[in-house]
Amino acid sequence: MESSLFPVAVFFAAIFTNNILLTNYLGMCSFLSVSRELKTSLGLGAAVIFVMAFTTLLNWLVYNYILIPLELEYLRFIVFIVVIAAFVQIVEMIIERVSEGLYAALGIFLPLITVNCAILGVSLFMVIRNYGLLSSFLFGLGSGIGWTLAILAMAGIRQKLNIARVPKGLEGAGITLIITGMMALAFMGFSGMINIS
Amino acid sequence: MAKGKVKRTVLDDLGGKNPVFAQILGICSTLAVTNSFRNTVVMTMGVIFTTSLANLTVSILRKSIPGRIRMMVETLIIATFVIIVDIVLKAYVPEIWKQLGPYVGLIITNCIIMGRAEAFALSNPPGLSLVDGLASGIGYAYVLLIIAFFRELLGSGTIWGISVFGDWWTNWSIMIMPPGAFFMLAIFIWVVRGALLKPEEEKK
Repeated sequence: MESSLFPVAVFFAAIFTNNILLTNYLGMCSFLSVSRELKTSLGLGAAVIFVMAFTTLLNWLVYNYILIPLELEYLRFIVFIVVIAAFVQIVEMIIERVSEGLYAALGIFLPLITVNCAILGVSLFMVIRNYGLLSSFLFGLGSGIGWTLAILAMAGIRQKLNIARVPKGLEGAGITLIITGMMALAFMGFSGMINIS
Repeated sequence: MAKGKVKRTVLDDLGGKNPVFAQILGICSTLAVTNSFRNTVVMTMGVIFTTSLANLTVSILRKSIPGRIRMMVETLIIATFVIIVDIVLKAYVPEIWKQLGPYVGLIITNCIIMGRAEAFALSNPPGLSLVDGLASGIGYAYVLLIIAFFRELLGSGTIWGISVFGDWWTNWSIMIMPPGAFFMLAIFIWVVRGALLKPEEEKK
């Protein structure tokens, strides 16, 4: 069913044509609140890429080797969210022990990630689309990179917005949504390049 | 006195502190499911069910939940109700369930539900928490329904799958695609905030 190139296609599709933020609207909450500054956006983006890639992998293993044999697929929501929360906790503890610099850079973002709907969303998409092990990992990685790309672009634009005059009612969330819409339009230009569904 | 409190809670959730346009919470699903009116109705019913019952449960258990792990407990309570919604939808409306896809499961991470449990249910009695959950669910629902109404009307020329405009209408296909969702929500927030801020300057 899966050709050898399929995982690669999934990877690039997750970044460009099926961007998790711009076409599936996931991770909007943190996107709207954190995209004010380039530096924090980069930190959160890095944490998201890392957590997304590995939780997708873990959830794939749990789903295929534990939930399916036990016929407990309907429990996947609870199991996935627990796996994600546990993974984030463990990573936080390891980073704190191993590298202080990394902890200073990523530490504060890790707890935020547990409630980022994009992380859970990616795992759920993986189940619905029946990806294999490698495809799932690359899908998680690609989605993380795509999300980071979008938030970095938005942070750059918002820094310019600080000196622009925005209509009163549109300030904050409104103007950010309109710019996101324009970015989504721009990303639609990629569609047709790769086709997965 | 109790009646006044109930009334204020409801009015806050529907108006000034509305979760979607005032607090900008739960945006993901607001954008994702509003391309068709029928899906939105089903989705919002699921959310109302989950917010009210999760609020009620958290409130009943609020004295026995240890403070340190309360987020995890709340998440598990919410997840339990979402699983119920998922199973019910799968059984009775499998077609819509398929279209909603992962967004049913994503009700778990909908910040509105978590936010209400954390901010309201933990410090209020069960009855009032149930009312608050219902009201914020409805506050979320009517915003989504308005957005879905316009998106389906302009994007497909239909409401609830029934043709409204007839043949002469050219579909604005952008409205049912992702960018349309962002624009529509932005316009909605603009209109509402404009109206709430300074009614006399409202032009759009």
